[in-house]
Formats: sequence, structure tokens, C-alpha cells
Amino acid sequence: MPKLITQVGCPYCGSSCDDIEVLVSDDGTKILEVHNACIIGTNLFFHANDSTRPMLPRMRQPDGSMKEISFEEAVDWTAKTLLAAKKPLIYGFGSTNCEGMSAVGRVAEKSGAVLDNCASICHGPSFLAIFDNGYPSCTLGEVKNRADVVVFWGCNPMHAHPRHTSRYSIFPRGFFTQKGQMQRTIISIDPRQTDTAKLADIHYMLDQGHDYELFDAFRTVLRGHDIPDVVAGCKKEDIIRGATAMKKARFVMIFFGMGCTHTDGRNHNIDIAISLTRDLNSYTKASIMAMRGHYNIAGPGQVWSWQFGFPYCIDLSKGTHAHMNPGETSSIDLAMRDEVDCFVNVGTDAGAHWPIDAVKHVKKHPFITIDPNYCMASEISDLHIPVRIAGVDEGGVVYRMDNVPIQFKAVLKGLSGVPSDEELFDMIYERMCQLTKTEPVWLAAKEDRKYPVKV
Amino acid sequence: MAKISLNMITQRSVEEGAAMEKGKLNPDYFVACSVCEMNPEDMKKAGIWKNSNVRVTSECGSVIVKAIEPTQYVPPGLAHIRQGVWANQIVPPRTQSTGTPQYSGFPVTIEPAFNERIKGVLELVQGAVGMWKGGN
Ligand code: SF4
Repeated sequence: MPKLITQVGCPYCGSSCDDIEVLVSDDGTKILEVHNACIIGTNLFFHANDSTRPMLPRMRQPDGSMKEISFEEAVDWTAKTLLAAKKPLIYGFGSTNCEGMSAVGRVAEKSGAVLDNCASICHGPSFLAIFDNGYPSCTLGEVKNRADVVVFWGCNPMHAHPRHTSRYSIFPRGFFTQKGQMQRTIISIDPRQTDTAKLADIHYMLDQGHDYELFDAFRTVLRGHDIPDVVAGCKKEDIIRGATAMKKARFVMIFFGMGCTHTDGRNHNIDIAISLTRDLNSYTKASIMAMRGHYNIAGPGQVWSWQFGFPYCIDLSKGTHAHMNPGETSSIDLAMRDEVDCFVNVGTDAGAHWPIDAVKHVKKHPFITIDPNYCMASEISDLHIPVRIAGVDEGGVVYRMDNVPIQFKAVLKGLSGVPSDEELFDMIYERMCQLTKTEPVWLAAKEDRKYPVKV
Repeated sequence: MAKISLNMITQRSVEEGAAMEKGKLNPDYFVACSVCEMNPEDMKKAGIWKNSNVRVTSECGSVIVKAIEPTQYVPPGLAHIRQGVWANQIVPPRTQSTGTPQYSGFPVTIEPAFNERIKGVLELVQGAVGMWKGGN
């Protein structure tokens, strides 16, 4: 009898939907049906059925082909390569669980690596702004239950977080928002008329890259001063209309995305958005939230802040203390300046999602990919080590975009012999300790460890 | 032939996300991501027919993609390639000292390239790092 598993988490976008239902075959190895998920989540679950998923590590041979090797050999090669490197870069972690993120911390410490996650090419600028200006935020339930003005600034949830609007931000009927969408004023700020903009009551089709001026205009109007007739391509009366709507609201929610972090000004677009939110709190209640991309990209920020005090771009090469300075210790900047001599890609695809110039630089050195599937990074690697898929055949804790932790389930039996990220990093850590003749202190201290099995 | 200068952004789309989760080697990914959306007025100016191939060139490289009419309205002057392997052939790695590359808002020129072929994912990425052996 196929089994229906409920309250399953979707390991794709930052909405981290936890109301998915999955129908799994009798023997627990195939997904037959996926309910509630959007098309992206559905495709993700079905992709896990793929019978060609790698089950053994593959090592690049002198003739350029890939040859399967054992996990012991792969762990040994990785440990030796990391120890031999002067400054390895371990990057990724958008798509794995917090247990894996915590385990890699010890490997990074042992190898004097730079530890970085996808935030550095995504919402890293938001972190920089938060360091400067604070983060007046809330959880998504507050938005659902209270927000009557919702602003989508430089983000397009209809495409990037498909169920965000129906679960949290536009359509749901909440405790104080029982009329749902009817009760909310939706504002979209985007140079394109996106499918999110089509849902909005007010759409500012601003000139691309001029967000800072528009934020400035809103703040100026809120403080009762005059502004030019047109700012960033938007009309004065429209800006006044939007500012008035925000001022009169009972609860304003501002969501922002790559339209702010990837364009000119980067962090400054975010810090002025945070200033606007703070200003609004003189008149009403207002809150702001980054539309975090992957289902657990908030995870490394949380885990590594607890471990090292810094959320990303963590330079551990000094051995005694950690250091963070994104313009200097971010993956892309390090790559472009040729400052790293070994690259480990974990739970991400730098091969596809980095500017190709940066890929060419890291490819000059040993290149290791740790990922459940074939991707661009795995196809240019010297070594590709498969792991279980968090949220599909491995459970674990993930942090949603509002930093709410959610326990994800394993719905499938893992491929036999394939470790989770956490187990793999523990193996690498132990091997590094053997090679350097040091005590694996961390493993001994870990109470609920899976590897090595306690006797 | 005519050439047009536009401001390029690279963003998400649900087609791209759905295709990526089937796998980057899946033909859907090629269809979803090897396209450039721009305003029909701009296409006319540069003599670009819709659904024909164009060469997009930025300060750090160029890539052949298919010009399509916008699936979500793009004003004149702006062009959009969905994030992924094709877009990242031309994204400038400059970070303004923040770690984050210029994924949106960089100048490009676009010109018709009717007879050029759109390269596959492996050909682009492996080609860039000198590992491409042909085939596929
Ligand atoms: S909205 Fe995001 S988390 Fe929810 S089902 Fe779709 S991809 Fe998964």
C-alpha cells in the first residue's frame, strides 16, 4: 500500500512550505504523487525518483573522464587536499540542513578555510545593511494576520516564491485580516510589469537601478517635505499616494529582493529601505523582510553566527580567530583576486550561478563538488561526492526566510551507502584529525552524532 | 547590421525554477533559460525578428540566445535574461566591494545573429574552463 506522508517540507524556496503531502510507494523508494506544492516543488520531489542519481563518488582521470571510487577514497582525497591547500574556499549551503552546516564548521576550522554561503551573491548586501542599520522584522504569521499594506520592492514572488502570496502575504484571511486580499493594499516596485505587479493596487515602474532615489522620495514625503515632479521615473502624485497609504495603514510590510541587492548601491538600497521602515514606525507599525532565496539559506547565517559570530564570508585562515569583511573575504572577490587555492562546492551550483569569469579562476585549483545531483559544478569538478537530499531522503532543521526553524522530514529511503552532508563532513573531519595526529574532539563531544557510531 | 545598447537585468522565472529542478541537463532548462526578453520596439530598431537568435555582449563576454517578446512587460531600453548558465556568461563579476556581482543593471549590446547556434549548458561551462570535448 502506498503511504501518504503529510506535513512534509519543500526543500526549494525561502517560503519553506511545510504543508506538502507526498504519496510514497510501498517500499519507500519512489514518490508517486505530490500534493499542495507549486510546480517547482513538485518537479523537485519527482526528480528525486531519477534512477540515474549518482551513488558513488566520481574522480576525474588524466584523460578527462570520470571514474567511480569508494567513499573512503573520496574522503581521504578531500581531507588531504584541504590540508595541503594554503587557503581553501568552502562555499554553498543554500540547499542542505543545519546539521550539515554545523558539521562543516569544524572541517573549515581544521583546514583554515574561508567558509561562505550563497548569501554572498544573494542577500549578502542585506546583511551589510542590517549590520549598519538594524532589522525591524517579524515572522510571516504576523504578515498574514495583520498586514494591510504589503510592499514588494524589487521582488517577484509569483515566480521566485510561488506560494508566498497565497500562504502569507496577499490572499490568506488572517485573524485581523479576515477579508484577505480585499483588505490589503498591494504595492509593487519593479522596472518590469511582473506577474506580481499585475496583482498590485499601485505599481511603480521605476527606472532600473534608481531605487535609492525612490526610497529617498518616500522618506522625504513622509517627513512632510516637497519632492521633484518626477523621481526615478515615478510621478510625484503617485509617490504621495503610496506614502499616504503606508502612513494610514495599520501594519505595513515591506518585502525586498534581488531588485535591490543585485543592482547599483547594493547594501545602500537596503539600508535606506530599513530607514524608511523605521520612519514609518513613528506613524504606524511597519516591518521589513528579505525574500531569502533557498529554503535554508537563512540556516548558515544562524548556525555560523552561533559558531563563529559571523553569518557569511568567514575567514578562518588565521587559526585563532575568525574574521569577516565581505569585500575582501567573499567568494567572488577571493576568486577574482586568485586568493584561494582549493574550492569546495556544497549544496549549490557555482558552475551555473557564478559569473563565468569567477568560475574560471577557481577552476585553476582542485575543485570538489558535494551534491546529490549532477550539476554544472559537478561536471567541471575533479571530484564529485554524492550525498542524500535534505528534505527528501534526509530530514533536518531548516530556517525559513523569517528565521523560523522548521523540522523537515525524510520521505524516501536514502540510496544505500550514500551519506548525508553531516555524516560526510564528520568523516572528512575525522580523517583530517588522523592525518594531523590530533584528537577528533568535536566528534567525541557530539552527543547525538550519527558518525562514527557510538559504541 | 544594426546593434542596440540596452540595460540588462537577470532575474528569476517560474519556468526557469521548474526546469532547473528537473536537472540542468534536461532540455527544459535549455528552453527556459537561453532566451532574452526585450521590448518589441527595441527589437524593431535593431532589426531583430522575434524568436530569432541574437548575440548579447557585455563588458566581459558574449553569448548567443534567442530573442523573445517579454513574458512579463519589459519597457524599452531594458533587456532580461533569466538567471542561469547563459546569463552568467555575460554577468560582470564586479562587486562594489560587497561580494555580490552586478547581476542586474549592466550595459550590453544586442545584435541579430540569425545563423549562430545557441550553445548547450555543458558546452558553455566546460568550454569556458577548457574541458569541452564536443559531443552531446
Ligand atoms: S512556494 Fe517554494 S517552498 Fe512552497 S512549494 Fe513552491 S518551491 Fe516549495
